[in-house]
Amino acid sequence: MKSLGTTFLRREAGIVVMIVLFCLVVGAVKPQFLTLNSLRIIFLLVPLIMIGAMGQMLVIVARHVDLSIGSILGLTAMASGMMFRFHPEIWWQLGFALSIGSGALLGLFNGLLITLFRLPAIIVTLGTLNLYRGITFIMSDAKQIDRQYVPTALKEMSQDSPIFGIPWIIFMSFGIATLTYWFSMHTRIGREVFALGSNPTAAPLRGINVSKVTLTVFTISGALSGLAGIMYASRWGFVNPSNTGNGFEFQVIAAVVIGGVSINGGLGTALGTVLGVLLLGCVAAALPLLGIPGTTQNAIYGAVILVALLIDRLVRKQGQRQNVARAAA
Amino acid sequence: MSNVENPALAPSREVAAPRPAWRIFLIRPETMTLALLILGVFAGSQLSEFFLDINYILKSFTLYAEFAIVALVLTMVIIAGEIDLSAASNMALSACVFAYAQQTGAPLPISIAIGLSAGLFMGLFNAFIIIGLKLPSIIVTIGTLTLYRGLAQIIAGDKSIRVPESFIGINNVFIGGIPAPVIIFIILSIVLGLVLGTTIFGRQIYLIGTNEVAARHAGVRSKSIKIILFATLGLTSAFAGLLTASRLGSVRYDLGLGGELQMVLMAMLGGTYIFGGRGTILGTFLAAWLLVIVTTGMIVANWLPAYQLCVLGVLLIISIIATNFIYSRTER
Repeated sequence: MKSLGTTFLRREAGIVVMIVLFCLVVGAVKPQFLTLNSLRIIFLLVPLIMIGAMGQMLVIVARHVDLSIGSILGLTAMASGMMFRFHPEIWWQLGFALSIGSGALLGLFNGLLITLFRLPAIIVTLGTLNLYRGITFIMSDAKQIDRQYVPTALKEMSQDSPIFGIPWIIFMSFGIATLTYWFSMHTRIGREVFALGSNPTAAPLRGINVSKVTLTVFTISGALSGLAGIMYASRWGFVNPSNTGNGFEFQVIAAVVIGGVSINGGLGTALGTVLGVLLLGCVAAALPLLGIPGTTQNAIYGAVILVALLIDRLVRKQGQRQNVARAAA
Repeated sequence: MSNVENPALAPSREVAAPRPAWRIFLIRPETMTLALLILGVFAGSQLSEFFLDINYILKSFTLYAEFAIVALVLTMVIIAGEIDLSAASNMALSACVFAYAQQTGAPLPISIAIGLSAGLFMGLFNAFIIIGLKLPSIIVTIGTLTLYRGLAQIIAGDKSIRVPESFIGINNVFIGGIPAPVIIFIILSIVLGLVLGTTIFGRQIYLIGTNEVAARHAGVRSKSIKIILFATLGLTSAFAGLLTASRLGSVRYDLGLGGELQMVLMAMLGGTYIFGGRGTILGTFLAAWLLVIVTTGMIVANWLPAYQLCVLGVLLIISIIATNFIYSRTER
């Protein structure tokens, strides 16, 4: 158990070292990268990815994957946007309830398909990715929700700050990260997610309700994508049926795997995921400074996923060797 | 599985076997696909009198022939127990590499060779990471999906690259009244169907997908076979990318965007078992036609593209539920 703890620590320390090294290298080339202003840019880039990554982390720990989160983000953002548009008088906080609630329902639908019919999550969520995107188009009549319809109070959440000039959405994303840490480490069902992911055969034999755990992680993933949806409306001030959330899943999966969540399930921490998100944020913030065009972003996300997989593979190999050595001693 | 007898023979005498042959035949997923195909044609003919025009259907098929060609090879990869979601991105990157090469002045045949070898290289790269480093193909190909599409975006930028006039228009080449891409698809189906159904290599693919450990103990070189499959898929994707470039007349980084859905859908609708070991080329062949009938029907009925997206997503889920159900019923 102790060695497992040190493995986690080493992994997270590794990401911190990578972040520091990256910032120093970029800072050496462009000194303005090491200023408070670029810190602000980084922190404004990451909240959506961080919230999505918390849900995706739980899903991947449980040995599944959720490709539909980008479409859930789009659909839930559109749902709130349309509510604001057609009922401008409504209490704007209701947008949060609507987005999170509808996101949870969509996630639950994924989970139900996966548990009821014992289907692989990748195919189900590839299907619902397109289904939810289609529904978003139908629902919105392919019309964008423009800036004037999004309530000012909601938009101000990304600009106004309670303290130190740090906007609300940043506090919220770190709050969600803390909640996820608590959920994954200190609740019964949170621990069951890890048990299921590390050995899906043994988990039901130890009395773990596999369907319940699977439904829970997918519902959480959906609900958090819903929260990311309303925050998208807050951050960017518009909702577009085709762009909103498109490709979100790849950024999130990249952040999660670089954060040390093992794709073989059962391993991963909220702290590691937060660090992974921050590393991705640093990279995204550094690109324009270094004069690298935005078109390279997708390739970088893809490369990041592959590099993270390689690191994961190396770490696991080393861990196995240590286990063998200990067993022999 | 493979010994389907003539259904007419079975009911005449007392059936001693636990399951009559006609029932085995009836509950095969390919039969379901065929039934749906007939139903689709019937429904389509009710929608519009122009629908049953064979030339119209063949023309519509050219729009999907590229994905269908890739789906045939993807079927074999899925039967071997792996998956590749990066094929559509591979199409885009190969086409971009091709277009870039000929734009910089390389002669057409050399550009085509460069494009094809780019696809082959991408397939080998997937194979190297998945088989060489023993990583799960699902996540790896999600990574390469993003990577290949991103590289295509770097090469092409946000502009579209024109391809030379002599290269344009493979979809307007008719051989015996049938468009060339459809001919290519049919020939490839026959070849791959024979390879998968009748050769030792084909049987070994099924064995790997059913139980890879057992296959290896039985002396099947599962690693080399999987590498061959991924390489073939890469090459085929590049070929399909060039076909698309020839049809469209220009190349953009978003060529074939979202095509992984259609490819996986064709394989799943054709009764390929997502967990490997089961499935046929015939199924995917029928499913490709079914998909074309369904999408064409929706276009004829004037449905918005958004509805088509929904229908495809729902179809994918329904088809794997149905296939899993059928296979669980025929489990011995």
